[in-house]
Amino acid sequence: MYDRRSFIGASAAGALALALSPRMAFAKADTDKRFVFIIQRGAADGLGIVAPVGDPAFVGARGDLAADFATAAKLDSMFALHPELSVLGGLYTKKQALFAHAVASPYRDRSHFDGQNVLESGGTSAYQVKDGWLNRLLGVLPPTEAKAIAVSATVPLALRGPHDVSSYAPSGLPQASDDLMQRVTMLYQGDSQLHALWSEAMNTRQLTSDLAGGGGANAAATGALAARLLAPADGARIAMIETGGWDTHTQQRQRLAGQLKGLDAMIAALQTGLGPLWNDTMVLVATEFGRTVAVNGTGGTDHGTGTAAMLIGGGVRGGRVLADWPGLSPAALFEARDLKPTLQLDAFIGGAVAGHFGVDPARTMAALFPESKRVAAVRGLV
Amino acid sequence: MTKASIALNRFGLGARGDQPVPTDPLGWLTGQFAKYDPVPDVIASAPTSAGVSAELADYFRQQRALRAQQGAKPAAPPAAAAVAMPGAAPAGLQMGAQPVQPRTPVPGAVPPPGKDDAMRQARQFAQRTGRGDYAGAVGARATNALVTETPFVERLVHFWANHFAVSADKLEVIGLSGTLEFEAIRPHVLGSFRDMLLAVEQHPAMLLYLDQAVSVGPTSPLGLKIAARGNRKVGLNENLAREILELHTLGVRTGYTQADVTEFARAMTGWTVAGIGRGPGSAAAGTDGLPGDFVFAAPLHEPGDRMIMGKRYPAGGVEQARAVLFDVAIAPATATHIATKLARHFAGDTPPPAMVERLQTAFLTSGGDLPTLYRALIASPEAWVEQPVKFKTPWEWTISSMRALNVKVADPQVIVGLLNQLGQPTWKPGQPIGFDDIAGSWAGPDAVLRRVEAAERFAARAGNIDARALAPKLLPGSVSPATQTALANCESPAQAVALLLVAPEFMRR
Repeated sequence: MYDRRSFIGASAAGALALALSPRMAFAKADTDKRFVFIIQRGAADGLGIVAPVGDPAFVGARGDLAADFATAAKLDSMFALHPELSVLGGLYTKKQALFAHAVASPYRDRSHFDGQNVLESGGTSAYQVKDGWLNRLLGVLPPTEAKAIAVSATVPLALRGPHDVSSYAPSGLPQASDDLMQRVTMLYQGDSQLHALWSEAMNTRQLTSDLAGGGGANAAATGALAARLLAPADGARIAMIETGGWDTHTQQRQRLAGQLKGLDAMIAALQTGLGPLWNDTMVLVATEFGRTVAVNGTGGTDHGTGTAAMLIGGGVRGGRVLADWPGLSPAALFEARDLKPTLQLDAFIGGAVAGHFGVDPARTMAALFPESKRVAAVRGLV
Repeated sequence: MTKASIALNRFGLGARGDQPVPTDPLGWLTGQFAKYDPVPDVIASAPTSAGVSAELADYFRQQRALRAQQGAKPAAPPAAAAVAMPGAAPAGLQMGAQPVQPRTPVPGAVPPPGKDDAMRQARQFAQRTGRGDYAGAVGARATNALVTETPFVERLVHFWANHFAVSADKLEVIGLSGTLEFEAIRPHVLGSFRDMLLAVEQHPAMLLYLDQAVSVGPTSPLGLKIAARGNRKVGLNENLAREILELHTLGVRTGYTQADVTEFARAMTGWTVAGIGRGPGSAAAGTDGLPGDFVFAAPLHEPGDRMIMGKRYPAGGVEQARAVLFDVAIAPATATHIATKLARHFAGDTPPPAMVERLQTAFLTSGGDLPTLYRALIASPEAWVEQPVKFKTPWEWTISSMRALNVKVADPQVIVGLLNQLGQPTWKPGQPIGFDDIAGSWAGPDAVLRRVEAAERFAARAGNIDARALAPKLLPGSVSPATQTALANCESPAQAVALLLVAPEFMRR
């Protein structure tokens, strides 16, 4: 009765069926490809990371937060990269980094927890799909290589599902009760009061492990650890790294700079640690939603909608910003406050993964984002 | 929730895993009135106010001796500072009539080292002693709650102890806080409200907590003597008189005026504690009785008739304030106040008006007879609605969890620490209004997270318990299918126990 496998199998029966039937058709020859998903928990501000400095409304809307970009290197005629992202800027120049903008998952409300649930499960609404798209991606790989690891104490939802996944946390993080936490999350889903309280508690917990710690040294150590786990021939092919600290309601200018310094150091450590494997590596950086266009009263921004995502790695067709730019004029905003999404994050992820692993984009979309019917994967990312 | 589950959880303290589910829920509740033991063994062996007061009296005596040795009068009486307890929020209340001792010495004002050391050691010893008494009392309360045969009556004891709240913040009250419940609440929980009220207001913990012991009538013999010397300001302290009217009886904004409070405070002068009082009245109070005894110190009492809420209370001694207490004990506003709080405790955060009215009537027609009130409570359909109506407080959740796992003895230090962690340090609400009795005060994100963490610790020590079999004993007929499935799918028996303790139906009652 106390059998975790049967539990997961039962709860994920629908998704499992989807993943199983096409698996043989998917199965590729052995691959050296590595894929890393860095999740930005807390709603990272795309406008403050890849800034649309060419938009005439940008400086007016962003006030102080625009100041960081006054001397920043421009990516193209519209966008500039935050100056703390120097390694990423170098990769962009080498055409190994691609930024997507005005991107959003199908989720349109502004709860971190629900938004992350959609981002990780690959559903179109929260709690609709019970396991994660990254776990379902394992069904795409040859069974001998379908190895994934969470570089964190928790196995996050994106990696949970029918396929076994390991986790490895840097020492010092509590590990004991993660599974209980997950079960409590499930159990409270039907209870509006407890669900809301628990969501907030979990957010706080995640947001405490921010990237800025140690001036980026902690983030670099995590990146190096992930590289060590991915580099061996019999190591993991897929890794997920959780980052927090993106919920910049106050003092965004200083906090986001610290976060980005950490992210930059993490990417650098991954690249260094993977060595020649970097050419076969793709790193996806994505968050649950963006932040308001306007600055709030405390030097920060509040929960928004459209944001930016990143693809980094040797195989990425980088050196460009992919955006159907909606503009920042008041009339152009989503619900008169947020960057309007013009690119679907699931289509972007589906296209990136399919291209990276060389599998059929339509089938990849069906396996990873089963609820996103008739959404075509973005082509040409790799 | 079924009737049995409501009786066990909403009225009781939660089912014990090793006891049968009551077949007659209403009879199980009313039957407890005859079985209730005001002094079970574990309470009998807990610290008493006499014992704690004797320790405090020793301490004060030692301090006086040390001060006398040094000759000069200290700038500030020591030991007036509140004592912080481990893991607890900073103390919020200071003794009103005493200057506050700075925690760090003021540079340049360092007293001679020998005296300073001795006094500090004495104070530290007194603090340790007080904390030991406190922990012993909390342990006794919890252990009794775990094994009691009359959990409904015990819940009412806890209810009244919170209604008549003291807070274990300052030195004199830390060790005494639990003794108020044991000595003033327990004996009267099945008696009359009037008797309970009198016992509480004459208990040393209350007299010290709300500063009654330092209140001096301005034209009392002692007040006149001090005024004639002209060098010290003494007088009324209205704290207890006000809180009696506002919190213990009539309720806030029920028509009494500031003049009524002041008059009542005058009537109360002279009510004090033997042996451990401080301020100018302590000598007058300490002349007879053992430390901690209630005494009426005539030299402190303000002479004359008193006019309170339109009624004249003729001059007299202890009887004057007692007459006021007896009148407010059965006043309609008091009945409404008590009825509202009881209804809130058993029928939900927003008390149903019809039920409040019913309880109020029971209170008034019986003259505040508490069993009559409880019977009206049990007979109220609003207390038996099937949906859970209350989010458990940390105390309720902890006790119900330990009962569920058949724990029979609460380790004092562990239970004190746990309740601090969960946010409800026993007898330490920080204010005389007591702990809130609404979900908004307890259902917070961090609070829920801490319960999950505590549940895992409980479960790790629970031994071999099958949560799937336990759930229907704890919540007969009231376990949701979602919870049943979640328990059945757990990866280990201990995990299932932890999950049961934080299941939605166990977090509420």
